[in-house]
Amino acid sequence: MEAGRALTPPGPGPSAPHTTIVRGAASLCGLLLLVLLTVDAAAETVGPPTSAPATLTFGRPGDDGIPPAPDSVGVADIPNDGGEALRVSWKAEAETGVRGYIILRAESADGPFAAIDTVDAATASFTDAAGPGHPLRNGVTYHYRVAALGELGDSESATVTGTARQSFFNTDRLNLLVLLALFFGLVLAYTRQAANHARRGGMPFVRKIAGLTAIEEAIGRATEMGRAVLYVPGIDDANNIQTIYSMIILGNVARTVARYETPLIVPVCRAFVVPLAEETVKQGYVDAGRPDAYVRNNIRYLSDEQFAFTAGVDGIMLREKPAANLFLGSFFAESLILAETGFATGAVQIAGTANIHQLPFFVVACDYTLIGEEFYAASAYLAREPKLIGVLKGTDWMKVILIALMLIGILTESAGWEGFRRWFVLR
Amino acid sequence: MLRREFPLAITCVVGLFMVIGLFVPERHFTAGRTEVESWAIIIRAFAAVLGVANIGRISYLRISRREHEWVYHVPLLIGLVGMIVLGVGGSLGSAPLFGIAEGTFFNDLYMNVYVPMQGTMFALLAFFIASAAFRAFRVRSFEAGLLALAALLVMLGRVPIGAEIWDQLPLISDWIMNIPNNAAKRAILIGAALGAIATGLKVILGLERNYLGGE
Repeated sequence: MEAGRALTPPGPGPSAPHTTIVRGAASLCGLLLLVLLTVDAAAETVGPPTSAPATLTFGRPGDDGIPPAPDSVGVADIPNDGGEALRVSWKAEAETGVRGYIILRAESADGPFAAIDTVDAATASFTDAAGPGHPLRNGVTYHYRVAALGELGDSESATVTGTARQSFFNTDRLNLLVLLALFFGLVLAYTRQAANHARRGGMPFVRKIAGLTAIEEAIGRATEMGRAVLYVPGIDDANNIQTIYSMIILGNVARTVARYETPLIVPVCRAFVVPLAEETVKQGYVDAGRPDAYVRNNIRYLSDEQFAFTAGVDGIMLREKPAANLFLGSFFAESLILAETGFATGAVQIAGTANIHQLPFFVVACDYTLIGEEFYAASAYLAREPKLIGVLKGTDWMKVILIALMLIGILTESAGWEGFRRWFVLR
Repeated sequence: MLRREFPLAITCVVGLFMVIGLFVPERHFTAGRTEVESWAIIIRAFAAVLGVANIGRISYLRISRREHEWVYHVPLLIGLVGMIVLGVGGSLGSAPLFGIAEGTFFNDLYMNVYVPMQGTMFALLAFFIASAAFRAFRVRSFEAGLLALAALLVMLGRVPIGAEIWDQLPLISDWIMNIPNNAAKRAILIGAALGAIATGLKVILGLERNYLGGE
């Protein structure tokens, strides 16, 4: 028996002996050591020899310093996963001198059992999840034992078995699916309705968004002044939906700019966005019937680094003095530096972002700011495409539904019924 | 035709696969999603070449044509080429001249030239906040007055002298930040989130296709 072993996970060496003979011998050793310890009254703490091998030995339950075997041990499949996790649980017995628990696993009921982890005495469950060094396969039955670590020895539970099963639907995300399906349904229904409406010669109503109306005015001003329009599509990569959306708006801006024959400068912060911006602007010029006016070198990659990019854009603003600055996309700490520099040059500035923390900076430094959802309404507003306006209408109705749900939530919470709120919690 | 429809089909299939994968924990689906995400990372890494090519082309043209303020592109090109050679030119020699480890020329340039310059740019923010705040807090309308009043209360409530003036100021400051400010922020956030989801749907369904470029 190994007394006072530290609570560290045993290494991946050969599994511990579990036969009756070994257990009996270990118990005998434990008793012998106990006698020696009792004689040595001065020794208050008992430590193993520093060179003791980190192997598992087990004493007889009931001996002094040997805790009883963990009780109520069970294994359950973790639901809503790919069959890659099992939860082993037991009744924690911290008051009986247990110093911790070792979880042992085997693919056969006869072993060999290998220790896979150690937990402290207060813990009553362990999730055995697949990962590096922890292979756990879907549909395979695994056998577990839990050993209680005592001062002078360990005692282990009976073997329990469990099989990890994969799920084909994550029921924890049912709430998300329902809301998403509702939203998608609304969007599709209103898109169809708007398309039908347009076929009959009508056009769905869209409220005036000052910032979007001002884009054309700003381009017109730049044309009158004979200066360029600067379009900054944010500093995020193409995997950010705001950058994708910024490209969509850029297409509309490029069409307008091409019609006015005004130069368009697009500084880009991410290399991956360069071809997107080039193609988008080029298409805008083609759509406007001015492919010859497209200047590829005006799509300028500056740097992937935030403040190097900021310095580059500031340089363009101060040297080339564009008459209109459009900041539309995902911005972070550079937002105010850009907007204040643009303000100093006297340019008309229009900003739009869904990054809520940057909105105040744009609001104070720009002439117009598209706030959150207004930014995502830009393409429908500028293109006046009925289907896109239908999407806006679907989004608005979803907001109405969410407001109604929030009001119901306030009432149910006030009435002390938490079930309604709990249904919306994402796990 | 194919140049437009083929990317649209790929976008639709991959987009739907990723959305469905959010609800299906089945192993193959999960592995597929991870694989697609890995592809995206690899493709993005290749895009660095496009960036370098863009800078190189524009700078070369500006210098060769002696365009307006072309001289700034000379140090830009020297820095670009120099850092690439020093950083990845391991086969040309060993540290400290080549390589990116601590103590190399590359690392020294990065830490002692680039990082301080980056810090300088960031530090400008402090001055810009002051100038922007000065303009924002000019009381020209009722709304601007409300903004200035709220800002004054929040600022006073968050500095030690505020509590000295009136011990309720920190509470008022917290109330403004936690109740009306939070309510407005969440409303904007919900609208923006719905807009983002709707944009994703438009891209998947091919309603938005500007980003794909030309035919």
